[in-house]
Amino acid sequence: MSCAGGFIVLPEHFFQRQKKQAHQRRAIDRWFQRIGLLLTLMTLGILGILLLNLVGNGLMRIDWQFLTSFPSRRAGEAGVLSAWVGTLLLMMVTAGVAIPFGVAAGIYLEEYAPKNKWTDFVEINIANLAGVPSILYGLMALGLFVYQFRFGQSILSGGLALACLVLPIVIVATRESLRTIPANIREAAFALGATRWQAVWHHLLPYSTGGIATGVILAMSRAIGESAPLITIGALTFIAFLPPTPVLSHPPFLSFEWLFSPFTALPIQMFNWVSRPGEDFQPNAAAAGLILMLITLSMNGAAILLRKRAQRNIKW
Amino acid sequence: MSTTRPFSRRLNHAVEGLMVWVLRFGGWASVLVSLGIVVTLVTESWPFFAQVPFHRLISDTMWTPLFADPQYGMSALLAGTLVTTGVALLVAIPLGTVLAIYLSEFAPASLREVVKPMLELLSAVPTVVYGYFALLTLTPLLQKIYPDLPQFSMLSAGLIMGIMIVPYVTSLGEDSMRSVPMLLREGAFALGDGKLGVALRVVFPGAFSGLAAAYVLAISRAVGETMIVAIAAGLQPRMTINPLESAATVTAFIVQVSLGDLPHGSIGYQSIFAAGAVLFLMTLGFNLAGHVLRRRFHRAS
Repeated sequence: MSCAGGFIVLPEHFFQRQKKQAHQRRAIDRWFQRIGLLLTLMTLGILGILLLNLVGNGLMRIDWQFLTSFPSRRAGEAGVLSAWVGTLLLMMVTAGVAIPFGVAAGIYLEEYAPKNKWTDFVEINIANLAGVPSILYGLMALGLFVYQFRFGQSILSGGLALACLVLPIVIVATRESLRTIPANIREAAFALGATRWQAVWHHLLPYSTGGIATGVILAMSRAIGESAPLITIGALTFIAFLPPTPVLSHPPFLSFEWLFSPFTALPIQMFNWVSRPGEDFQPNAAAAGLILMLITLSMNGAAILLRKRAQRNIKW
Repeated sequence: MSTTRPFSRRLNHAVEGLMVWVLRFGGWASVLVSLGIVVTLVTESWPFFAQVPFHRLISDTMWTPLFADPQYGMSALLAGTLVTTGVALLVAIPLGTVLAIYLSEFAPASLREVVKPMLELLSAVPTVVYGYFALLTLTPLLQKIYPDLPQFSMLSAGLIMGIMIVPYVTSLGEDSMRSVPMLLREGAFALGDGKLGVALRVVFPGAFSGLAAAYVLAISRAVGETMIVAIAAGLQPRMTINPLESAATVTAFIVQVSLGDLPHGSIGYQSIFAAGAVLFLMTLGFNLAGHVLRRRFHRAS
């Protein structure tokens, strides 16, 4: 090593080793780049294989007869009529309960709640609820709704169980969407003499509709695919009838009898067909699975688009 | 100042007071749900735990609470949960971590924006569909490689469960890696390290509490997963740690008993609440640990 004009001049072999190391590192990086891409594509490929499999085995089975027939002992005559009607009615109960409660809780925790031990507790509680296995919601519904409140093994019990299950999703979505609104929107409203609720109702909620709607769609898509809680409350029975209609042709025009009707749902019907021995019912299971997948994937797709649009349109 | 306020002001005041209570009640609803779960599990499983001596839960080697000569070896159920969870984590943790490193440090932003939501779809697939896939597609495939594999196996259920959990690990892991400050990376690059070196030696340790939260939450997910194991891993409780065999998990046992007629207060009814109570305690531990770790990562970033 020598000193020339204040610069340290390093010997040639030193640079060669550096160059070789840099070269090696770049080669390793390139390899990891390839492996990462490959694994990503493979993981996504599994989703593709799953869909293709369902299409290949189930698409032929989906026709008008399949959608308008009750379950049957003969695979070729069985259908999903009572299942999709059941799923639809369940979702009405779930949405009717989970959306108002979830949004209210989100607004309360984000805009009103004081920072204290109780709020901390509520927060930990929601984080834990989001991770409680779905089957435990089923056990709660069985003990509480079915036997304690005597709702029976009904659409009401099932819908309430699913509503409790997705409540944390709606709460978290509402809070996150309120949190992205800058404080000066609130301050401007307060400066003009608005009460807190007026600020929420006229300013914060309109801005956060996109985020809340995204969360609600994801929550509903989760609820549609759930079967464990419904099986636990005893919904896995042979249902070859439809619940009473909610709309009557004579006064009082609305009936809530359907809430207390026994039911089946799409994922439960699929589970029933999957768990039968023999291959006769496998196409039916694939067809029900395909319908379920199309519903959940399109709901998730809609949620992604909605989120993108909400992010693009609002620039603070 | 006049003491009478205009009517509209008083109305606003009344609405404000009402809405505070409406919203507060919404906030309580989540607590009520938790309370409902805990109280139901405790009261309905109480007769079971009061009736069964504690040492039999540990010393018995079979779980047959519904038989005439009942055995109460909870470990037979826990073994099934342990094995399926273990298999799932062997898939989800390495794969999820590699994908998180790739997406956060290597992938171009345009690719990441497309891939992330698509990966999320993997966890949105209904679990009953995954169960179908494990039983009717993966198991026959595995049987070609290993002909002795039974129709129901914990291996097949665990592998599919692992795929389902990958997005949980990747998404939380990637978030925490991206929140590692750019300065740290640039410092390491300036010292001449390569991209992978920086990812493993700087970003990974920096994001570790976030990654650990992701792992813990993944474990909780796997322990509580129900439909995949109920369909593909079998419903017979069996004391084994061999993933090539079939065995019931805690969750699968609840499903199996629920499938039959279940009168209120019967031993079957009590036993599923007992299994549920054990499941709740396990997942509660993991969820709280995950919450604490995640908060630490948020505070650090």
